[in-house]
Amino acid sequence: MADSSARRTETFPVGVVGVAVAEEPRQVPPGDPPPLPPNAELAVIGRPHPRLNARAKVTGAIRYTADVAPQGMLIGRILRSPHAHAEVRAIDTKAAERDPRVRAIVRAIPLDDPAQAVVRYVGQPVAALAATSMAAAEEALRLIRVDYKPLPFVVDLDEARRPESAKVYAPGAAPGGSAGELIAQAGLPVEGNVRGPMLASRGDVERGLAEADVVVDGEYRTQVQTHCCLEPHGLVADWRPDGLTVHISTQFTTGVRRELARTFDLPLEKVRVVVDGMGGGFGSKSTLGNYGRLGVALSRQAGAPVRLTLIRPEEQADSGNRPSVHQRIRIGARRDGALTAIAVESHGTAGVGLNAGVGSFAQSIYQCPNFASAQYDVFTNAGPGSAMRAPGNTPGAWGMELAVDELAERLSVDPLALRERIDPSLVRREERRIGAERIGWAARHAPGADPGPIKRGVGMAQSLWGANVQTYSFIEVRIARDGSVEALSSVQDIGTGVGVVIAQTIAETLGLSPDQVTVRLGDTNYPLGPPSYGSRTTASITPPARVAAWKLLQKLFVEAALKLNAAPDELVARAGRIETRSEPRRGMTFAEAAALIPGDTLSVTESRGEDYGGFRRVMGEAAQAQQDLGGVQFAEVAVDTETGIIRVERVVAVQDCGRPMNPLLLESQIQGGVLMGLSYALYENRVLDRATGRMVNANLEAYKVVGPREVPAIDVVVLENLQGRSATDAYGIAEPANIATAPAIGNAVYNAIGVRLRSLPMTPAAVLAALGKIPGRG
Amino acid sequence: MGSDEGLSRRDLLSGSVYAALGTGAPNWALPAAAAEAETSKPASAHDIVLRVNGVDRPLKVESRMTLAEALRGPLGLTGTKIACNRGACSACTVWLDGTPVCSCMTFAVEVGPREVTTIEGLAKDDVLHPVQQAFIEHDAMQCGFCTPGMALSVAALIARNPDPTAEDVERAISGHVCRCGSYPHVVAATLAAAKTRKG
Repeated sequence: MADSSARRTETFPVGVVGVAVAEEPRQVPPGDPPPLPPNAELAVIGRPHPRLNARAKVTGAIRYTADVAPQGMLIGRILRSPHAHAEVRAIDTKAAERDPRVRAIVRAIPLDDPAQAVVRYVGQPVAALAATSMAAAEEALRLIRVDYKPLPFVVDLDEARRPESAKVYAPGAAPGGSAGELIAQAGLPVEGNVRGPMLASRGDVERGLAEADVVVDGEYRTQVQTHCCLEPHGLVADWRPDGLTVHISTQFTTGVRRELARTFDLPLEKVRVVVDGMGGGFGSKSTLGNYGRLGVALSRQAGAPVRLTLIRPEEQADSGNRPSVHQRIRIGARRDGALTAIAVESHGTAGVGLNAGVGSFAQSIYQCPNFASAQYDVFTNAGPGSAMRAPGNTPGAWGMELAVDELAERLSVDPLALRERIDPSLVRREERRIGAERIGWAARHAPGADPGPIKRGVGMAQSLWGANVQTYSFIEVRIARDGSVEALSSVQDIGTGVGVVIAQTIAETLGLSPDQVTVRLGDTNYPLGPPSYGSRTTASITPPARVAAWKLLQKLFVEAALKLNAAPDELVARAGRIETRSEPRRGMTFAEAAALIPGDTLSVTESRGEDYGGFRRVMGEAAQAQQDLGGVQFAEVAVDTETGIIRVERVVAVQDCGRPMNPLLLESQIQGGVLMGLSYALYENRVLDRATGRMVNANLEAYKVVGPREVPAIDVVVLENLQGRSATDAYGIAEPANIATAPAIGNAVYNAIGVRLRSLPMTPAAVLAALGKIPGRG
Repeated sequence: MGSDEGLSRRDLLSGSVYAALGTGAPNWALPAAAAEAETSKPASAHDIVLRVNGVDRPLKVESRMTLAEALRGPLGLTGTKIACNRGACSACTVWLDGTPVCSCMTFAVEVGPREVTTIEGLAKDDVLHPVQQAFIEHDAMQCGFCTPGMALSVAALIARNPDPTAEDVERAISGHVCRCGSYPHVVAATLAAAKTRKG
């Protein structure tokens, strides 16, 4: 990194465009480009450009992992435990080995260590094999005999908390903390199946509650949600003497490569990870995974490429999930709305895994001097959870945003007015203003006021998410003598369309159009890019793309200046030309300038540096920007009080993500966030059979995901919230767009029927029970 | 979806799938294999000719091979996606004589002389179908895994109904699952494509 003494001062526009933009000075590294003006003054950034691989996607030409079929490829399949908890005493593979179609068999359970020779959930891998066809692999799996000694188990969160419940882990055997996106705090106590608490606090929450004029005290529940990636998890592993190549449906080529090198004791340079088409991850494809390790082990043993792709029931049961949470929230406030205390206690279950908490939503979003949270993980005999679109904060917001609305009602103030009082964010203030106007908040009626059986309501909720950045995030930009421009990074396009955003960034800098930039991604043979999780891809890869393009342009200016008899700093790149600023006719085309390059190509590789003015915090290769990402969503619902069916008719989503790079793609992602949130609110629920531990809806028909006929009108507004923190000032959107939807719908349902639903999903049965229409319930 | 005539895979499997849940067989067993593994040796092979995207493609298939597997495997047409493999998500949609069907629920041997159109056959000589063009312009996709099936379903819709409403489009794609939430842009793109096509 550059010596800070060599930094120069630049003046950046800062603020929400159209509301208030001030100028603020920032120190920038010497080679970095000048500040970008607001989008209205730009030619390419901030405009709707179709994604670069759109044509490949609509013609079927793009290759997903399961479409990769190297010569001689075998098919891998995993044998999974039918027991929710059992000792594995023997795995007899002899009969399977005799099948000539079987080329490799590996065990997933180490039998030599009794402590580890245990399966703890239905569907846990026990062994895997590779055979010459799917049918052969499937048949051979049935030849493997496993001797299980079933043990007591528990799959229910509440039951698992009881002291007399079956124990998922023997004393001392529970996981101590996991790597990955959410780092579980190490060293927490484990009592039975309950691990924790993970504590956070400021001030004195008990005193704050005692000083309150009003205290709301509520319990809120969220269910286990599964990712339901349309493309199941899978890989094609090709182990060769000279190195390992793995095509894998992943959100993080750079990270998976490291995991592979570590797991299989290979030098990093011998491992290549590739992904082109990537059929959805939502957090679940962030790491190598058990299937990944097995697939590579099979290829190593077989000496042939192996494709191992989960089938849908495996995908639903053992590829990660959003943990369920039961939380109690207490909020104390004075009559004037000022908060005196927020106390949160949560018990969540990520099955055999960790990180079933409620994030930092309640801790961070509102002004309150006294806060305390205690978050517990409860082990159950269920497949491990994983990060899923705004992990923690999504269930956290379900509780907190309902509780804040309940507080507003107790204080007899409008929920928006209360948030004006307690939310310090000026950005969300503007988002509330825009959203309230669009949804027609002023016409909102009292709870349950509609006379007929179909009752309408309007509600809102807010979003908070850290502006994440990966500092270890490289991209190379090249200009060739023929004028072609190329960008290379191992960063992957998981469906967000980051390729065209990179192209726009470079094109803006070089005065070209995005289709003049070839972008090659998803291959660790390129400079190593950031992960696509934590809503950090755009924030991590576009600044180094612009810096690299800018540095190349300065080199090009030197060549062109000689020819134009001008000083390099008199030159500008615009509309496909390199020309002098004052005398545009004195110039040449970009291609003519490129032809002046000595040698074949100019190339610059850059990585993501610090934000201008520094980060709020740095965690290894990851960091968080000083500002947060937000958003406010409003929902309008119609509740049929005779059938219990909730119909979401309209959602207004007002979001911010720094500088919006491409409104077309942003709209897609925000619609996606809203729909995933709506689906979470009303339909989705992983159901485990308490008698067997099996997931009874491990498919896409009984596990309900929102379909096209349940889609509301979605009104998307994206603020241009400039902060002057990087060469592009762009941050992420995927997660912030998901957080507020469910509580906005929940608050709208209350406004419609006047009865509060505090548990997800809000099924027709739950609505009827809440209305007292099911005898014996509610 | 699925064929109206002959043996459908859903008929064949429905009994055995539920039986499997009841008898304690692991419920992630591949449904096809669960039903067929017991009876699959020796596998019977059939010489058939599939007419795919206007070309006759002879191939040898086992009875249990689905059309989706035949297209993706021996015929190399991987644009057809398998996401659930039991007719619940419509990602595998292709046309049989212009009608969308789930190719994962159709045996290759039952296709007969019917014309199969896959996503690779929707564009004609590099000229995109209006639906494909509109999908690009409206960004009617994110991860893209459901996109080939969606495109074929809405292209069939505007062939039979040149002037669809948004509700018509939603009904036409009601069997499709898109986890990324591309439905609103798919509807907008389809309405735009219908307009373009009418000129």
